[in-house]
Amino acid sequence: MKRRDFVQIAGLGLGGMMLPLNLMGSEVPIEVLLDVPLDTAQKKALADAALNTAKSNGATYTDVRIGRYLNQFITTRENKVQNIVNTESVGVGIRVIVNGTWGFASTNVMSTEGIKKATERAVAIAKANSKFQKEPVRLAATPSYGEVSWKTPIQKNSFEVPVSEKTSLLLNANAAALKNGASFANSNLFQINEQKYFASSEGSYIDQDIHRIWPTFTVSVIDRASGKFKSRDAMSAPMGMGYEYLIPKSEDKITGPAGVLLYRNTYDIVEDATLAAQQSKAMITAKSVDPGKYDLVLEPNHLGLTIHESVGHPLELDRILGYEANFAGTSFVSLERLKSGTFKYGSDQVTIVADKTQVGSLGAVGYDDEGVKTKKWDLIKNGVLVNLEATRDQVHMIGQTESHGCCYAQSWNDVQFQRMPNVSLSPGKDAYSPAQMIKDVEKGIYIAGRGSFSIDQQRYNFQFGGQTFYEIKNGEIVNMLNDVAYQSNTQEFWNNCVKVCDEKDYRLFGSFFDGKGQPSQSSAVSHGSSTARFNGVNVINTGRTI
Amino acid sequence: MAILSKEEARKILEKALSYSKADGCSVSLNGTDRGNIRYARNSVSTAGENTNVVLGVSSNFGKKLGTATINEFDDASLEKVVRRSEELAQLAPENPEFMDALPQQTYGGESKTWSEATAKITPEYRAQAAADSIGPAAAKDVTSAGYLEDSRSFSAILNNKGLFAYNKETGVDFTVTMRTNDGTGSGWAARSVNDVSKLNAATTSKIAIDKALQSRNAKALEPGKYTVILEASAAADLVRLMLNMNARQADEGRSFLSKKGGGTKVGEKLVDERVNIYTDPWSDEVPSSPWQNDGQARKKMDIIKNGVVSGLFYDRYWATQKNVAPVPFPSNAIMEGGTASLEDMIKDTAKGVLVTRFWYIRPVDPQTLLFTGLTRDGTFYIENGKIKYPIKNFRFNESPIIMLNNLETLGKAERAVTSEGQLSLFIPNMKIRDFTFSSLSDAV
Repeated sequence: MKRRDFVQIAGLGLGGMMLPLNLMGSEVPIEVLLDVPLDTAQKKALADAALNTAKSNGATYTDVRIGRYLNQFITTRENKVQNIVNTESVGVGIRVIVNGTWGFASTNVMSTEGIKKATERAVAIAKANSKFQKEPVRLAATPSYGEVSWKTPIQKNSFEVPVSEKTSLLLNANAAALKNGASFANSNLFQINEQKYFASSEGSYIDQDIHRIWPTFTVSVIDRASGKFKSRDAMSAPMGMGYEYLIPKSEDKITGPAGVLLYRNTYDIVEDATLAAQQSKAMITAKSVDPGKYDLVLEPNHLGLTIHESVGHPLELDRILGYEANFAGTSFVSLERLKSGTFKYGSDQVTIVADKTQVGSLGAVGYDDEGVKTKKWDLIKNGVLVNLEATRDQVHMIGQTESHGCCYAQSWNDVQFQRMPNVSLSPGKDAYSPAQMIKDVEKGIYIAGRGSFSIDQQRYNFQFGGQTFYEIKNGEIVNMLNDVAYQSNTQEFWNNCVKVCDEKDYRLFGSFFDGKGQPSQSSAVSHGSSTARFNGVNVINTGRTI
Repeated sequence: MAILSKEEARKILEKALSYSKADGCSVSLNGTDRGNIRYARNSVSTAGENTNVVLGVSSNFGKKLGTATINEFDDASLEKVVRRSEELAQLAPENPEFMDALPQQTYGGESKTWSEATAKITPEYRAQAAADSIGPAAAKDVTSAGYLEDSRSFSAILNNKGLFAYNKETGVDFTVTMRTNDGTGSGWAARSVNDVSKLNAATTSKIAIDKALQSRNAKALEPGKYTVILEASAAADLVRLMLNMNARQADEGRSFLSKKGGGTKVGEKLVDERVNIYTDPWSDEVPSSPWQNDGQARKKMDIIKNGVVSGLFYDRYWATQKNVAPVPFPSNAIMEGGTASLEDMIKDTAKGVLVTRFWYIRPVDPQTLLFTGLTRDGTFYIENGKIKYPIKNFRFNESPIIMLNNLETLGKAERAVTSEGQLSLFIPNMKIRDFTFSSLSDAV
């Protein structure tokens, strides 16, 4: 899903007619989304046409991605359904290596002839670019898997749930917020289905059916007398799940410190909207934070974004090598730091894993977009940097022979490249709950939910906000806080991680919009953790008067 | 077929509209031809071209709206997409905010958005631009990473009330980052033009190379409040954030333009009285389409005049609720500048910081429009009218409203390229006092 589309759809105050002119796909009725337009045999025949054309035109490697990308977005505000958009985008992306150089072309003409033409274009681009190529592309070996398939293990396909059921749920959440003091409530539901068929000249034919879902809202309280307004966003996470995520189960609900409600594998949007209105109201009069050093207790729906920015991105090999220097940036992590085997990224409490197989996560697939079977591997072990995130054509640069399966393209018409896998902080081994953690803190702040985020282009200096903040004094939460943001340096921050709660508190945070590349592409990724404590972090006061 | 003429577009739209059986119907055509080249590590990494034309049909029965799109244009496909939009409209819930299609509008003059030179860009031009960047970089022991994208596009709409509008547009965006091979220096430069004859990749690349070499071995300054000289890109990246002057949000009390006790800040002084910002689709420097995608005519209009908020932007629904005329959202912004060059402003500064650009700017507090972000790719300390030495990057926490109240000098205006925004801005370099840098970054 492209971020620009989301911003267009989810923006506040959309009124009147909205033409989805920039939407990635064509808008279609729901029945169309449930059709199966091409069976596997037809897809294989089309893929073989590309593979044969490329080979006869001099390609030494080819991969073909036949993609069908379905989305349904529902947007509401207060008691109105503002829009229901169904989109479909179908086409083929062909990537070749000729003269040791990559070439890529795509087409939405789904005929043998259309695919042959696109393949010839990909070959021509590779040949033109090979004049500038300094080193030929080297691909790490990957097995030929033959004809295989993989599907997100969903229980209820959200595209099959009647639209009226989904709009009712969102309107109920808005109503609950308004009843509990909210001035405004906007809620949205995003449902994604990527049907991807991959074929390569190395003999893999991989059919995948990937599902993602994201219910979210923003609830606002306006206090006209003081002129203040405060908002709280949903505590949901986008998930690699079906509609079952929206059918709450009591065992997935966590009552956190200060009555904060948190959710694991299912989500109660009405209950969360109720609390969001109450919390937004409380924020209007909450105490403004005194700046200074605090011990921070960060819950997973907040910490996930900090992991994403300060660990997930700096460990991308293409960034380290300089391929993103003109846009996203490079990294403070160097190949030398990796090779040393002693680079202390964090304290010994910090073990961080990459995992493209984690059930329920956004990044979970059976195979990546260059046909590599996905896996789980360590990035940071007991605080020490041990590995990175890489694709087939770059992993040899860190002396490894097997790709990490980190290749992804946002659609059939974008070229695949290195993207972040799910990157997660492992839970602590000792039995330890967030309540116990707060009890052990003398002067601290408990932060829940994702807020403002910003980090430099080499991933040293960052600043994060949150959704709700609570002051901890002598082991107890004493009051809500306003105007909180913390600043730190990546290595210093992770070395100040003194404790991570146990696996009972472990859950996923997610983002649909990890942006990278030129032209920019979005990728969806999850980050798991348990609540964790970071000592002596610099907190600033963000209150201003204009 | 990507770029259709006015007549070709109208013919397809009229044919599509002829199939409509709904109460209302609007049809649109949007086509784009795009080419790009990307390079890094002094070598081309990817290059490509893509093209597409999409027909959109919005049908309504009463306040029930359905939209469908297609990229095939034979008669059967045209009829199919109209029927599909009508089926969707029948299934949709009523939208109380639905607005009927507009009648024919009057657009004020010929659009200036098309350039024949840009329309003729070839893959060889792109390759040469990359070579003009990579060659000089390698000669100076610098590593280049850059991206050039050129586009040709057209938009056309027609509805059952007789409204027809057409515009075609070209654009070229070029950005380049140069990093010294010792890893201690980085420089950036960028240009955005409609007419490619105004772009010189070698000249732009040289600016980035010079900044990279000058920024080696930066010293650390203490964070705090500094007088800053913001180059146009840095200024634009903050000023653009205050231009979403949405009337509905302000009226609803959830905007920096909402007032205590109710009402908005229209007519009130918001920033220094030397600040004048307006939008103008016929600007020579940042031309934009004379109409927005629902067919409303854009006009030249003041956004901020002598530091006072001139007016807010109203969508058609909100305008009817407030009994005012709708005001289209701006497609560009022009901020009036002064006569001082960047060199003049440096010469006139006792102590200060020169900022090339900002990066990773994110909202912190929508109430005060407080944002955070960092300097990047060329930050320098100025003392007694001269650049003394490069300094390490800073994180800032600042509001464009506060910043434009602390205005010292406005320099010459130029077309600016922002880090992430989409809006075209023509904006001056500017000197600001008491700009808040809150921490240091080791990033180069």
